Parts: sequence; structure tokens; C-alpha cells
Amino acid sequence: MPGLEDLYREIILDHYRNPRNRGELPVPPAHRSEGFNPLCGDEVVLFLQVEGDTIADVRISGQGCSISQSSASMMSAAIKGRTVEEARALTRSFKSLMSVHEARLEGDGESDGDEGGAPEAPSEAELGDLAALQGVVRFPVRIKCATLSWNTLTQGLDELAGSATASGEA
Amino acid sequence: MTPGAELDPAAVKKDFPLLEREVHGRPVVYLDSASSSQKPRVVLDAMQTYYETTHANVHRGVYALAEQATAQMEAARAKVARFLGATSDREVVFGKNVTEMLNLVARTWGAANLGPGDAVLLTEMEHHANLVPWLMLAEERGVELRYLPVGDGGHLDLTDLERLLDGVKLVSVTAMSNVLGTIPPLRRLIDAAHDAGALVCVDGAQYTPHLPTDVGELGCDFYAVTGHKMCGPTGVGALWARAELLEAMPAFLGGGEMIRDVRLDGWEPTEIPWKFEAGTPPIAEIIGLGAAVDYLEGLGMDRVRAHEVSLTGYALRALTDRFGAGIEVHGPSEPAERGGVISFALAGIHPHDVAQVLDQESVCVRAGHHCAKPLMRRLGVAATARASLYVYNDTADVDALVDALATTIEFFAP
Repeated sequence: MPGLEDLYREIILDHYRNPRNRGELPVPPAHRSEGFNPLCGDEVVLFLQVEGDTIADVRISGQGCSISQSSASMMSAAIKGRTVEEARALTRSFKSLMSVHEARLEGDGESDGDEGGAPEAPSEAELGDLAALQGVVRFPVRIKCATLSWNTLTQGLDELAGSATASGEA
Repeated sequence: MTPGAELDPAAVKKDFPLLEREVHGRPVVYLDSASSSQKPRVVLDAMQTYYETTHANVHRGVYALAEQATAQMEAARAKVARFLGATSDREVVFGKNVTEMLNLVARTWGAANLGPGDAVLLTEMEHHANLVPWLMLAEERGVELRYLPVGDGGHLDLTDLERLLDGVKLVSVTAMSNVLGTIPPLRRLIDAAHDAGALVCVDGAQYTPHLPTDVGELGCDFYAVTGHKMCGPTGVGALWARAELLEAMPAFLGGGEMIRDVRLDGWEPTEIPWKFEAGTPPIAEIIGLGAAVDYLEGLGMDRVRAHEVSLTGYALRALTDRFGAGIEVHGPSEPAERGGVISFALAGIHPHDVAQVLDQESVCVRAGHHCAKPLMRRLGVAATARASLYVYNDTADVDALVDALATTIEFFAP
């Protein structure tokens, strides 16, 4: 049985109590995107300031549980100063971290044996603090909490890419 | 049970097989009956016996099995009618749940009687099931929606009731809030609505499992219940409405069972209540609901209510005594004015995290917006944690909740 300490790692609670990059940015020049978890009412409001290819600044507001808020906080720290492509790659890594364990859970839950066609887990080094969230997948209903801010990030980057294409800046 | 004796939750608990199981190595403490109640063995047996001995489609075959299945289903209709205080079985329509029953009212009575400029009065504390069907009607037909506000202490604010009722054709209101536990003054609302020329539809999902229901005494026009919150199975609910209303309403879903005649160029509906029951009904579930009604009547709804008032009072005191300013309990503070639905906020801890730690302690509560997002906005929260009490809960369950909340606070303490 997964215990609470698998879910609520100290670093998660630290990000929850002391969220990084909390607040808002003026729009424009920043871009604002909103994500909702319709099941629980949690919301993430993401402000992205992209200069050239770089995410120059990021802020997060909204409300939610420790998992959604700490994931958002860690995400903001991880993508700030990175390129859009790097942020997208990190998003893929994080979501595969969630789905690898989901696939594993659908099996016998404990085995480290044959993973079949499941995607390969990203390394902890690649994810840094975010690896602390891997325990979330042992609590399947909370996965949506952890991925809320990342889906909002993808949505925001897509919107930015769309508007850049539309205005011929791409 | 001896007449007059108090309900004995320890004895009641033994009637519910699921409550014997353990979760995370400890006996389950089930405090989520406002979402769905557990089922007593008599209900499970009634459904199993039906399938093993009597199953055939209803209202069709002439053979003995089919006749017996039909008789059992219609006997369940009579039980539900009696349980709701209806004067005629013909006034009880079976459907899936309260959501479907309220959609039925909106789609049939609403479609026939509401148009641009007509108003429907709802309240800020309705479940989405009593909001979205009307919002859909408002979008499609230009019906105006008005809302009775929720005031301090979780009570409906009736200050502007007369003004809000002016021009209203229907009032649709919950008999008990699924978030606050509030029991609105229904008789007063119904009398005022009728004086203003409006009909009244009541969402009885949270009320009927817990208090004696008498639609005649209440004087409403529509009353919807769902089986799974009142010891019955999922997938079955019922709508009571006065016969003349049902007669005048257009049919709901079209198909088998609900017709008198079908030609290639038209059709005629059959008589009520079957006019509203297209297709093969959930026969076993209806029979299970009949058994649930028998079970609750056996306990005695007055005793059920007395037990829950007492236990709710115990819970409210225990929570505030233990946590003081560290907890905010939403809804009325007086147990006699509310049901055993207790929504609360622990200072600085999100409801999801509360429910997660409680689960580790084998305590089942709901966390979320409880399908009442407008009420969440009114309360200024995204979600609440909610413990809800029923016939099988006792003070030990409440003590387990309080202890688990103390563990939660300790766990999240900075």
C-alpha cells in the first residue's frame, strides 16, 4: 500500500508552502492561459513572457491542492529562462513520468519486470525537483492535479505559437 | 425494532455487508452517503432473487414469469408512492436518477409551458442537476432564470421572495442542500409560489433518504428522488407529479413501452406513468428500490431523522471543540435546521489533501465542488471537504473523523 510519504514528499510540501514565481505579469506583453480541473474546481492561471525563443519570465496564480500547486511551482522554476523547445521537452518528460507509472500500475502494481510498450521513464537528473512528484502516480486520482499546470503550459505555448504564426512573426 | 425505541446504528450497520470490509487494514468509516449510500443485504437479496427466480421483460409477455416480473415491478411502484405520500401509483414515474427526472420536467413540462419572457426561480445552492437543465432551456427558449440567494449561516435569503416570484411560472428548489445540509422552509416557499401562480418542483435527492416525505402535505407539484442515496441501487430514480400535470405533459423519450399505438405516419402515447418510461426499465433496480423503501420504513423515518439530528449535533460539537478556529463548518449551525451533510474547511489545507490523508485513515469523505459550483463561488471557495452521515453511522465514526483530521493537521503543519 502506498503511504502518504510517497505522495507528499518534503520538497512538494516546501513548494506548496513557499510557491515559487507566484503572482501575475502584465498582459501584454505576457500571455495569460487558464487551466481548470473540472472534477475538483482547482485552477491554474499561467503568465508566460516569451522573448524570442526564451521563456524570460513566468508567474502562476490560481488555487488548488498541494499537488497541483507544488507541481505548478516546480514547473515555473524549471522552465524560467529555458527555451520554448526545452519547456516542451520537459513537459513530455514529466507527462511520461506520469504515464510510465500509470502503465506500471495497471499491471501488478509492484513489479519492475517487463514494461512492454510503456514509454521509458525520464531520468531524475532530467527532471530535478519534479522527480519528487513521481509518487503521485500511485494515487491515480491525483495525476490530474499534478498535470494541470503542464497542460496549461502546453495550451499557453500553443496559443503563443498560433498567434505568432497568425501575425507572421514565426 | 421496537416501536418508539431509538435507532441503534450498531445493529443497523450489521445490515450492510460493505461496512464489514477493511480499507488500508482498518474497518472502513463510510462518511460519504450524500454521494451514495451503502446497500443493506435485503436490497441486494431482492435483486439477486429477482434475477434468479423471476426475470423476464415487463408489460409484454403473457407467461407466468413475465406476469410475476411485472407484478413485482409495479408493487415497487406502489411502495415508492406510499413512501413519498402519493395518493396514486400512477403519479410515480421511474427513471434513472434525479438528474434525469429534472431533465424530464424541463424537457416536457418546461417545453410545453415555458417560452421567451417566462421566468423560473431557482436558488444559489442547487446541485448542477437542478441548474443545467434550466440553463439549457434558458439558452434554447429565452426563459429567464432567477435565483434566491444564500444568506448568512447557509440559509436561503427570502427577503426578496415576493419580488422574485413576480411573473415566475416554476420554482425548482432542493429540499436539502447537498453541500450545506440546509433544509429550506419548503412549505413557505411553496405557498408563496402558488399564491404567485407558479408551480413548484422539488429536488428530494438529499431529503427523502433522511426525513419522512409527504408530497401531499408539502403541497409541491413535482418531486424527484434517486434510489442510490436511500439504500437502493444505482440507476433508478423516481419522479412524483400530480396526475393532471403528468396527463397534460408531452412524452419524454420515445420508444417501446411508452406508446398506445404506432403507425408509419404517427404515434400515440400510452397512459401515465408508462408514457414517460420508454424502453425496458431497470426492473431489478426498481425492485431493489422497493426493498430499500421497505427497509427504511422498517427503521422508521422519524427514528432515522432523530438519529441523524443527534449525530449531526454530536459531530458539529466535536469538530468545533477539537479544532476551534482551525475549522470552518459551512451551513446552518443548528442540527434541527439541517441534515447530516457537513462541509468544512481546515485552515490552510486544501480539501483534496484532507480527503487524501483521511483515506489513509480509512475514513471516506468527499472533496470537491459537489456539483454545486455556483454555491462554491458564493462561499468563496474552490472546493470543500464533506462528511455526510446516515443510518449506519455512529459516534465512533465521528470520533474517527475527528482523529483523522487531527492527523491531517499534524501532517501538514509547517
